[in-house]
Amino acid sequence: MTAPLVEIRDVSKRFAKRLDVAGKIAQKLGAGAREEVVHAVDEVNLEVNEGEVLGLVGESGCGKSTLGRVVAGIHAPTSGQLLFQGNDVASMSGTDRRAATLAIQMIFQDPFASLNPRMRVEDIIGEAPRVHGIVSRSEASDYVDDIMRKVGLDPSLKRRYAHQFSGGQRQRIGIARALAVKPKFLVCDEAIAALDVSIQAQVINLFMDLREEFGLTYLFISHDLSVVEHIADRVAIMYLGRIVESASTEEIFSAPRHPYTKALLAEAPRLDQRKRDFAPIEGEIPSPLNPPDGCFFNPRCPHAQDLCRADQPKLETIGPGHTVACHYWQDT
Amino acid sequence: MSPVLEVSGLKTHFFTHAGVVKAVDGVDFAVNKGEVMGLVGESGSGKSITGFSILGLIDPPGRIVEGEIRFNGENIANASEETLKSIRGNRISMIFQDPMMTLNPVLRIDSQMMEAILAHEAVPKRQAWERCRDALGLVGIPSPEERLQAYPHQLSGGMRQRVSIAIAFLNKPDLIIADEPTTALDVTIQAQIIHEAQKLTSQTGTAMIWITHDLAVVAGLADRISVMYAGRIVEQGLTDDVIDHPLHPYTVGLLGSVPTANKRGERLFQIEGMTPNMLSLPEGCAFSPRCGFASEACQVPPAVEHVANRELRCYHPQSQVAAE
Repeated sequence: MTAPLVEIRDVSKRFAKRLDVAGKIAQKLGAGAREEVVHAVDEVNLEVNEGEVLGLVGESGCGKSTLGRVVAGIHAPTSGQLLFQGNDVASMSGTDRRAATLAIQMIFQDPFASLNPRMRVEDIIGEAPRVHGIVSRSEASDYVDDIMRKVGLDPSLKRRYAHQFSGGQRQRIGIARALAVKPKFLVCDEAIAALDVSIQAQVINLFMDLREEFGLTYLFISHDLSVVEHIADRVAIMYLGRIVESASTEEIFSAPRHPYTKALLAEAPRLDQRKRDFAPIEGEIPSPLNPPDGCFFNPRCPHAQDLCRADQPKLETIGPGHTVACHYWQDT
Repeated sequence: MSPVLEVSGLKTHFFTHAGVVKAVDGVDFAVNKGEVMGLVGESGSGKSITGFSILGLIDPPGRIVEGEIRFNGENIANASEETLKSIRGNRISMIFQDPMMTLNPVLRIDSQMMEAILAHEAVPKRQAWERCRDALGLVGIPSPEERLQAYPHQLSGGMRQRVSIAIAFLNKPDLIIADEPTTALDVTIQAQIIHEAQKLTSQTGTAMIWITHDLAVVAGLADRISVMYAGRIVEQGLTDDVIDHPLHPYTVGLLGSVPTANKRGERLFQIEGMTPNMLSLPEGCAFSPRCGFASEACQVPPAVEHVANRELRCYHPQSQVAAE
């Protein structure tokens, strides 16, 4: 079997707030000042096979965007490895490494903030392929036209600036910019969350068309379960920096095992649900500065036992391709 | 029974240098006691401006140019600031998408909550404080006595939204206008807030206008749904009718483009084109350039017609759900 296109092994990402001078002095004098460390991503393992769409779902603050940025090479992991086609990116030679990082591109949530307002669209899309020698200067113009047509933009608008486009068109520019360096793998971080409902459908369709045309592989990060259900082959659910459950899309939606996954599925608003009487799970996602002992979900979990408050459950494989981190997955 | 709020022929226009923006252009609806109306539309459709118009919160260059807003029988469109002050936060209150629009960052929760009571009623401070504490308890805030002493920045986003809901319900208003109150919140927190709002409206009989872009949210919450497009309500009816048997091609398209309405992995049904520029709206029906059923007739704006138990602005009502 060939190696997965992208794999992360035991990746952690910690952000530390360093002590300032006053804090250091206070510490020397015996005051309780400590460095504050946020475990944004905590020993996560993921594999994405060629041609697959992996959906990564979680609420704000769960570390899904940080994980996406580690995969895209924007953040270096604090520990753990990022493998591209089976090779560790950190230990690659210069050329291989550049090829690997070019092959993984990212599409951001906010199409207003992720495009340079002082560049024309032809430069936003055309700069990277020119710099990396993918096209020569003379071919660049035709190349940009071609990419713009592929994402549904009119090439005659390429002399314009980003602010002259609507939100949906800007997101297409962001997609065109990513596609221009011929990537194999796209990290889409809430790529449709900022768009209007009728425009969301257009961009989702574009993602699916591009997947077919270019054989792309996606890590699709979203908080919206219905979008992930539609587009993903496999889904991983994240809570407070850890993966709590992962399985094929069908299995996650038909037979979820983790109480958090169940709560997400039950509480996401759906069109076919009318006025209903239900008791949503209580509480909020805890501060990652100060996570609870044991299972991170235990303060909100309706099934929590003493074991859950003492011991953090490990991800265990409970079926083909189905992993879950819960002590009592069989009972819930 | 007469409705709590009756809006008829409301037009709110903005007179900008670039031209007149008809943000709200002939809107009619009514809300009864204890009823939740979902006002659904995309950005720029005029749904928020409709809410602001009711509370008299339209600043120049905008103004209400036409129409009536009857609140408990009295027309409050273009009413005096004094009248509006006695209504705002007392008989009609508002919940915003961003709770920091409601909350003052430099005041403690107790001072701003008590202010909302004392501005409208002469009650002893102790009594006002007790009402604030009870209101926080009602919206599911643990240890309300402590929370009353906190500043807004010490609370999480979900907690702040609960506080602004508690403030909205403080004076037991007849009507609450909630403008995208859960859009910025996570799924599990959204479910909690919807649950609280549902409970409170049924307990107190307060009517509610829930403004949102998310049809799935109002499907589970509202009694009736009004769909707005480019300043007009294009379809209005009971939730079951509108969601299960939409008639306007725009409603059909919106519902059809929701992923759950489509087969997994297949292309989604999509509405072509872009949301219109409010400065240069197309002649006639504003949706016609994006509509697959547009004809010659659509060059003249369609009037409101009563079709199959709802109000509709369309010459070509659809009977089949697009996804079928």
